[in-house]
Amino acid sequence: MDILKKSFKKSIWVFHLSTAACNNCDIEVLELLTPRYDVERFGIKLVGSPRHADALLVCGSVNAHAKPRLLEVYRQTPKPCLVVAFGSCGCSSGIFRDSYSIVGPLDKVLKEEDPDVKIVYIPGCPPKPEAMIEGIVMGLGAI
Amino acid sequence: MKQTIIPLGPYHPLLEEPEHFKLYVEGERVVELDVEIGYNHRGIEKLSEGKTWDQVPYLVERICGICSTSHPMAYCLAVEDLVGCDIPKRAQLIRVVVCELERIHSHLLWVGLAGHFIGYNTVWMWAWKYRETILEICEKLTGNRNHYAMFKPGGVRRDFNKEQIDYGLERIVEMEKPIRLLTDAILDDPVIHKRLKGIGVLTKKEAVDYSALGPTSRGSGVPWDVRYDEPLDGFKDLKWKVIVQKDGDVFSKGVVRLLECFESISLIKQALVSLPEGGAIDADIREVPPGEGCGRYEAPRGEVFHYVRSDGSNMPYRHKVRAPTFNNLPTFKASCKGETIADVALITASIDPCYCCTERVAVVDKNNNEKILREKDLLKLSVDKTKSIMKKLGKTPPLYNMEI
Ligand code: SF4
Repeated sequence: MDILKKSFKKSIWVFHLSTAACNNCDIEVLELLTPRYDVERFGIKLVGSPRHADALLVCGSVNAHAKPRLLEVYRQTPKPCLVVAFGSCGCSSGIFRDSYSIVGPLDKVLKEEDPDVKIVYIPGCPPKPEAMIEGIVMGLGAI
Repeated sequence: MKQTIIPLGPYHPLLEEPEHFKLYVEGERVVELDVEIGYNHRGIEKLSEGKTWDQVPYLVERICGICSTSHPMAYCLAVEDLVGCDIPKRAQLIRVVVCELERIHSHLLWVGLAGHFIGYNTVWMWAWKYRETILEICEKLTGNRNHYAMFKPGGVRRDFNKEQIDYGLERIVEMEKPIRLLTDAILDDPVIHKRLKGIGVLTKKEAVDYSALGPTSRGSGVPWDVRYDEPLDGFKDLKWKVIVQKDGDVFSKGVVRLLECFESISLIKQALVSLPEGGAIDADIREVPPGEGCGRYEAPRGEVFHYVRSDGSNMPYRHKVRAPTFNNLPTFKASCKGETIADVALITASIDPCYCCTERVAVVDKNNNEKILREKDLLKLSVDKTKSIMKKLGKTPPLYNMEI
């Protein structure tokens, strides 16, 4: 088995970034670490650098200002990596779709950079923490 | 001494929202600080001009995930100011309940994050554990953990039934003890005292000069609270007090927030008990006449201000939002200077900044060459605009010098 694939079988480390979101999804991501949900028991750990991450959690519709930074972070993440699109914003730009500053949705932006990017969508505004955990676990199963 | 610039962000593990600080340091001391925002700009004011009066609350709720009732509240107050209608008593008290629940969870969130910033993860986990319970109450009463969609111009969208009220009362009374425990533990902890006292002091004068709002001003001894200064009808019969601390450091801001949780709990109890039986929950606004209206409401972070102008159609003609962080951000200039780098993240967190609310100017031209508008550029743009308007009107420029 390919060593990178093997690494996904063990604990996965995630890097969280927010690109023009309403920050509710970001808070809910932090919520996952707190005692009620405690994702660390599944080995999911939030890390401080994309270079250590197996998965990127992206919240929010992508705006023009954040796009270059998002791509930069994506390039720095070791491949293969899983991208998790959080919330309606991440999936489809949600309520901000028509705004002048939005260049997203996320999948469009990332597919321009890398056509084989693997994205898991977790809809909801904000998604419930249970849905988030299930989404990440299912995404890992799919890889 | 040589000056060094240290960038902090935009994607920094300590910041859960993207923002970019530039710290100008001499050795360990920060001498100057620059904030660059815009990573979250979503053009909400413009979007809102394309939505009907009843749709806008859903949008303004998504300005910020934590003040997700204060923004709709201020917006609804603005529309009601424009229309000039009276809100039924029951609707007002329901609004008070939802807003105060939000205040508790927001303050607990801040306490947790402050703990996290000083490396006290116990405080973080502890505070957020109780926050979960508050979110549970929110979910039971309104149907969602955040983004409640409860408000509409003229009233509220959903009523509470008997079962919900009993549940809310029971759980909120239960919460008082654990939050008291947390507060006492934090206020007694010598490490927290050492770490937070005397850090990032914002004096009373500076708070007034920078027009700081919310707990940031109340921590510096300025008793500004919109709920108190301009009470809504729903607030008039309820008993509570404004919490003020004098020192202006990070610790006092924390104390203000922790003690406010108890005021909020008491407000929720009083509101739920005095909820009148039955009755309308909606003033049934059919038409919005041309005109303008303002709404102010005290969000957990300070005063939220909404302005709407109507041309008589079913959409706002202009909608302007001013979030509290917009006022509180510049206070960094006063409070961060002379502090060590290690404390800056904490001080910046101490106003509970919400960049999602504050995103203003992000100029990006077609080939992605970004240009950041600094104060000078903005001033110049504004002066230029005034000049061009004067030219159009055929007026002579004023005598005083408008050059920068
Ligand atoms: S999906 Fe909803 S909750 Fe999440 S960032 Fe977008 S607007 Fe906020």
